[in-house]
Amino acid sequence: MRNPEKFRLRRSMLFLNAQKPGLIRDPYVYAPDTIMLDLEDAVAENQKDAARYSLYHALKEIDYHGVERIVRINGLDTPHWREDVRVCVAGGADGIRIPKTESGVDVRAIEEEVRKAEQEFGVEEGKTLLMAALESCMGVINVMEICRSSERLFGIALSGGDYTKDLQTVISGTGIELAGARQNMIIAARAAKVQCFDTVYTDLDNMEGFERETAMIKAMGFDGKSLINPRQISIVHKIFTPTEKEIIFAEKVVREIDEKKKLGIGVFTVDGKMIDIAFYDGAKRCLELAKASGVYRKGAAEC
Amino acid sequence: MLNSVGREIPEEIIKLTGKEVFQGAFAKDGVEYQRAAPVVKPVMSNTTSKMVDSIHEALVKCGVRDGMTFGFHHHFRDGDMVVKLVMDEVHKMGIKDITICASSLGRAHDFLVPMMEDGTVTNIESSGVRGEVGKAISHGKLKGLAIMRSHGGRVRAIQTGESRLDISFIGAPTCDDYGNCRGIGGKSDCGVLSYSHVDGNHANKVVAITDCLVPFPNYPPHIPMAKVDYVCVVDAIGDPTKIATGAAKPTTDVRKLTMADYCTQFVVNTPYFKDGFSYQTGIGGASIASTISLTKIMEERGIRMGFGVGGLTKPMCDLLDKGLVNLLLDTQDFDLSAVSSLTNPRHHRISAGAYANPFNKGAFVNKLDFVILAALEVDVNFNVNVVVGSDGIITGAQGGHPDTAAGAKCTIVISPLLQGRIPAICTDVTTVTTPGETIDVVITEYGIAINPLRQDLIEATKDTDLPFCTIEELRDKAYEIAGKPEPVQFGERVVGIIESRDGTILDVVREVKEFKLDK
Repeated sequence: MRNPEKFRLRRSMLFLNAQKPGLIRDPYVYAPDTIMLDLEDAVAENQKDAARYSLYHALKEIDYHGVERIVRINGLDTPHWREDVRVCVAGGADGIRIPKTESGVDVRAIEEEVRKAEQEFGVEEGKTLLMAALESCMGVINVMEICRSSERLFGIALSGGDYTKDLQTVISGTGIELAGARQNMIIAARAAKVQCFDTVYTDLDNMEGFERETAMIKAMGFDGKSLINPRQISIVHKIFTPTEKEIIFAEKVVREIDEKKKLGIGVFTVDGKMIDIAFYDGAKRCLELAKASGVYRKGAAEC
Repeated sequence: MLNSVGREIPEEIIKLTGKEVFQGAFAKDGVEYQRAAPVVKPVMSNTTSKMVDSIHEALVKCGVRDGMTFGFHHHFRDGDMVVKLVMDEVHKMGIKDITICASSLGRAHDFLVPMMEDGTVTNIESSGVRGEVGKAISHGKLKGLAIMRSHGGRVRAIQTGESRLDISFIGAPTCDDYGNCRGIGGKSDCGVLSYSHVDGNHANKVVAITDCLVPFPNYPPHIPMAKVDYVCVVDAIGDPTKIATGAAKPTTDVRKLTMADYCTQFVVNTPYFKDGFSYQTGIGGASIASTISLTKIMEERGIRMGFGVGGLTKPMCDLLDKGLVNLLLDTQDFDLSAVSSLTNPRHHRISAGAYANPFNKGAFVNKLDFVILAALEVDVNFNVNVVVGSDGIITGAQGGHPDTAAGAKCTIVISPLLQGRIPAICTDVTTVTTPGETIDVVITEYGIAINPLRQDLIEATKDTDLPFCTIEELRDKAYEIAGKPEPVQFGERVVGIIESRDGTILDVVREVKEFKLDK
């Protein structure tokens, strides 16, 4: 049941209120990798049904031109989530973001409803992927269990606002309050071989701060970031897309390691830098990211 | 009769106005005409005072009577008080059947609606009309016809005598007792008085209205005393908070930034982008953003602009400060940065006639390489509408749109694919206000369409990464998203005409009907 889209490129995941036609009409013009149509916090309690209706028609009628469509449903502690899941599956959403995930049990509860809905609406089993948002200390503590909870789960995401509330602190802008969660999450995600996404950056007037934070989480190993405004997309893509220099170097590393291995040489230099087999996977990943980002130059050797 | 943009112009309108139908943007090139001259009352005695105590006295001295045509400028934009000061007095005096010939009318003139209803004002000639007056015209409240004409077209109409100004009222930020008017200084600083030059030259009577009387001579004047009959001092001619405000914050809207980026990339890939190029842009978010991004490329490549012209905003004035443009030629100031930039000796005032009059022996617009324009609607024949909303209501103004489009070597229109939920790229514009033959490129956030008439531009830019497509593809995309809108339902009565810059009829505007859904 392995879904080929499970580990697609997800540098930018743009939140959009599922109830706003003007927002969900054509967000693909901004070229995000993923849109996250929100049924949860952006939608008032007495508008949940209207938002679901709007969401269903958007999923059914609008051609999103290959941009992934994830839906953030309401939490397990609400009366809404079961119907949310049915609408997502019936509409053909690519995936569901589970808010406030605290354990593997939470993920499996959603998974079971998704499976039933796929049956009910004649959707191929396994088509609807899952991602888990960690919004509490309990969620972060149970991160490994969550990462391993479902074959459908492609990744985990930090939700910094709720998490810092639970931690009894506030977002400071320095990232110190999120350091532990970020570190735990990325290590667990890599160990479990799922993707890991960073929280939103809410100060739209501070694009330099946003750029710094994005560069930091890229350096930490994250796959992408949740976004609240289209202005943030190009910055994330710039940071997450390998530069031409990096691509050329990675190509050389892959080629040289392949050749030197045949000659029985383990350690050598490329452009003055010491290279051994430990660099191989990183260089391959760089080329894969370049290909997925659409910047890999034509005619270049297959990696 | 069908005109050359395929619009049916009713015979009775041709007969009523004595105008011809539009025959092409350059059909009148080289056709000679006789300029009209005003009646002039000389002032020879050195004891004659031009000062009057009130608007009432000015009107009486000018011999105001029913059926006259009054000229006004719109440099005070939404802060204008001059039209109201004059028309309130005219209304009180019981004068009827006035034609208002303004360079433009806007929301400051909503008070005119009851005067249209009671017959005080029966004709309006303007670049366009925003606000309640536009709605009232579209609902048939004007007894006569509204004539919408470009800035260049207004100068032409006055110079040919099609519009004969009986009295022009020039709101002057500063003025002396002998009528030397300046656009700068005082309480209602608007920088320039470009639109009033033609009034000074051609109106039979000219009244300067000021709220800042300064010692004689107010020099150098923008409208000189030799052209002014009377001077009237009032408490306020404008609301400075609505004339020229602080520079607009650059847009953060990604769609507009995307279009601005496409525009800049297009401009720099044309053969016209070279040292000494000329450029005009508007005040929309995307236009301003494209000027900002163009500035960066000019700095990187060491390319300087020869001149920038038209209505000005801060980013254009910043080019002057950075030494990236040789001259700015100013017809209107949209923000305080543009007003204060006038102290720069390379920032010059020009008249609306010098800027855009098609019946000059050449206007500045003819020397433009690029103009960046906006649109309410563009159709698959590249015809543009900037005056009539997709709901059929008059809601905008031609301004210099048709003038610059005709003059520039590369005319670029930036428009989002959809205006709200209405397709901006459509099969047929509601009203043609700039003919498609003068539009070269349409830029949307979805793609860029080059007019097939411009094979040279298609060839010049074919190797760029820009998302080119046909105008029909843009239209289809818009219809795919928003659906094809039902056509606006108009009545039979023609309430206005869209005059081409050469004085012919480009299109007519009909009375709107209440929309009814099909059963």
